[in-house]
Amino acid sequence: MVTNVFQSWSCSRFLLLCAALAAPAAAQPAPEALDVLPVQGNVYMIAGAGGNIAVQIGESGVLVVDTGLAGRSDAVIAAIRKLSNKPLQYIVNTHFHPDHTGGNAAIRQAGTTITGANVTGNLTDAHDGAAILAHENVLNRMSAPTGKVSPTPPEAWPTDTYVSGEKEVFFNEEPVQIIYQKAAHTDGDSIVFFRHSDVIATGDIFVTTSFPFIDVDHGGSIQGELDALNHLLDMAIPKHEEEGGTYLIPGHGRICDEADLLEYRDMVTIVRDRVQDAIKRGLTLDQVKEAGLTKDYDARYDTKTGIGSASTFLEGVYKSLSKKK
Amino acid sequence: MSNVNRCGIAAAALLLVGTPAFAQFSMSFAPAAALDLSGNWSPVLDEDVPERIPGPELVNYAGLPITDGARLWAESWDASRLTLPEHQCQVHVAPYIYRGPLNLRIWVEKDPQSQRVIAIKQYISTYEQNRTIWMDDRPHPSPNAAHTWMGFSTGKWQGNILTVYTTHIKQGWVRRDGLPESDQATLVEHFIRHDNHLTHVSIVTDPVYLTEPLIKTQDFQLNLQEGQNWLYPCEYVEEVSGRPQGEVPNYLPGKNPFLHEYADQYHLPLDAALGGAKTMYPEYQQRLKVLMAAPAKK
Repeated sequence: MVTNVFQSWSCSRFLLLCAALAAPAAAQPAPEALDVLPVQGNVYMIAGAGGNIAVQIGESGVLVVDTGLAGRSDAVIAAIRKLSNKPLQYIVNTHFHPDHTGGNAAIRQAGTTITGANVTGNLTDAHDGAAILAHENVLNRMSAPTGKVSPTPPEAWPTDTYVSGEKEVFFNEEPVQIIYQKAAHTDGDSIVFFRHSDVIATGDIFVTTSFPFIDVDHGGSIQGELDALNHLLDMAIPKHEEEGGTYLIPGHGRICDEADLLEYRDMVTIVRDRVQDAIKRGLTLDQVKEAGLTKDYDARYDTKTGIGSASTFLEGVYKSLSKKK
Repeated sequence: MSNVNRCGIAAAALLLVGTPAFAQFSMSFAPAAALDLSGNWSPVLDEDVPERIPGPELVNYAGLPITDGARLWAESWDASRLTLPEHQCQVHVAPYIYRGPLNLRIWVEKDPQSQRVIAIKQYISTYEQNRTIWMDDRPHPSPNAAHTWMGFSTGKWQGNILTVYTTHIKQGWVRRDGLPESDQATLVEHFIRHDNHLTHVSIVTDPVYLTEPLIKTQDFQLNLQEGQNWLYPCEYVEEVSGRPQGEVPNYLPGKNPFLHEYADQYHLPLDAALGGAKTMYPEYQQRLKVLMAAPAKK
């Protein structure tokens, strides 16, 4: 069954952001200014539009990873256009959550898919919009079977999905690997590796602003989350003394390298170990939440409410470990 | 503590009176005829030698203003974590690295046209770290920019004292027995030269793991011999074969087998060994007397 994440996120970081945007004009704070940073090689990061957006530019055009919240699309498109006026050809979704896919429809519309039918003409006349690449489960989560109400409009859906372990694109003289991470943050996570630039967009498998959100209701699991973090550690290679080299664009937060990812992986593993021990000792979920098992990380990562809070993280770990195998 | 250290701490204290560290730093100072710090500097290791060379004992957190969260972090820390490949080449962060054993080289980078100082540069032999202290009033990067071991530093001369403000530091430690310093920490430093002696005062503010700023000093002696900066290359090796992928050595809460080792060795109450701001101040001696008079409990 495909549930509607836009309803199930009632207490989420996403809706907190939306609430701010929906407040009466007099009380409405100005939207967070977008922060555009060069990462490495062909790749930039746009922060402040919801989830982080990776932008790869070059002679062939523009590829973006994720599209942020729907309400920020105009600003995102303007930011992309400051980086490049070449055709926006590809959007990759790391997962289906609306702070990463909310801008799909608008940003797709600002782009162009180059196909056999239009390559001989003027590319600016090709109005198909950009291609949206994602794992098949992203499409499943964003759409609905025939006759059912879809949680998102068809214009926002992925146009090109993959079901095996990986999809490859060669773009802007760079191999780009879109790699499936099974049952991690959700059941449709992809990480995107820009092999020449040596940059990885991680989606919400790795964030620096909160505890991870294990979306168990949508196929996420603590073991998948850890498998994905360990995979990212294997892929990242530091340049000197555990610094630089491969850079990572997390789903939320600042640009990172392997050392930052390492501390995050350690934290997730240690909390998993503690919850596993608590389950062995027969503690209930409420007891686990009261046991202070994340006390050493709360001041750094606990958002107190909703997604990213210690409570939600512990619940995700507990439910995930308690599932019958 | 040496007289020089007392002098350094007194100078730092004077600079800090009445205003927060960064507010103090951000005040405008008239350009001064700055001292030249250039040269090779060798550490003078007579301060805190047991901590700096052999390293601190496990579960010795005394005298540090740590939070409860930092204490749990450290109690969960198994030294075997440093055998994980990705941890093996981990570097001391800027607030800690001057406690290392190797030399420090300082030089000045000037604009070739105006001869104005753009930056004061440092090569720290411990872990081969290069540090740039920007002197040209440039702003600190966006909060979304990457962090580094040395962070991003800007400096000002306050009279003859070079004061440096650093942000964007990676997660590291405040003591090498697992006590963490978060990636939210900021650093104010004062480099104070007295002839051929250099005192370095560091003031770390960490909203995550410290309840109040941590002030430390380190000293260096000018070294006139050439070739005094060593190399410190690091390549990881497999130190524990057969370890399952993804395993992170750690102690479950309350299960650290070394919890009492340091306290027992020095006949201290565990309360003292577990640190916290209270253990920094002279008033704690009164509490210590009470604790030591009470029957020992484990």
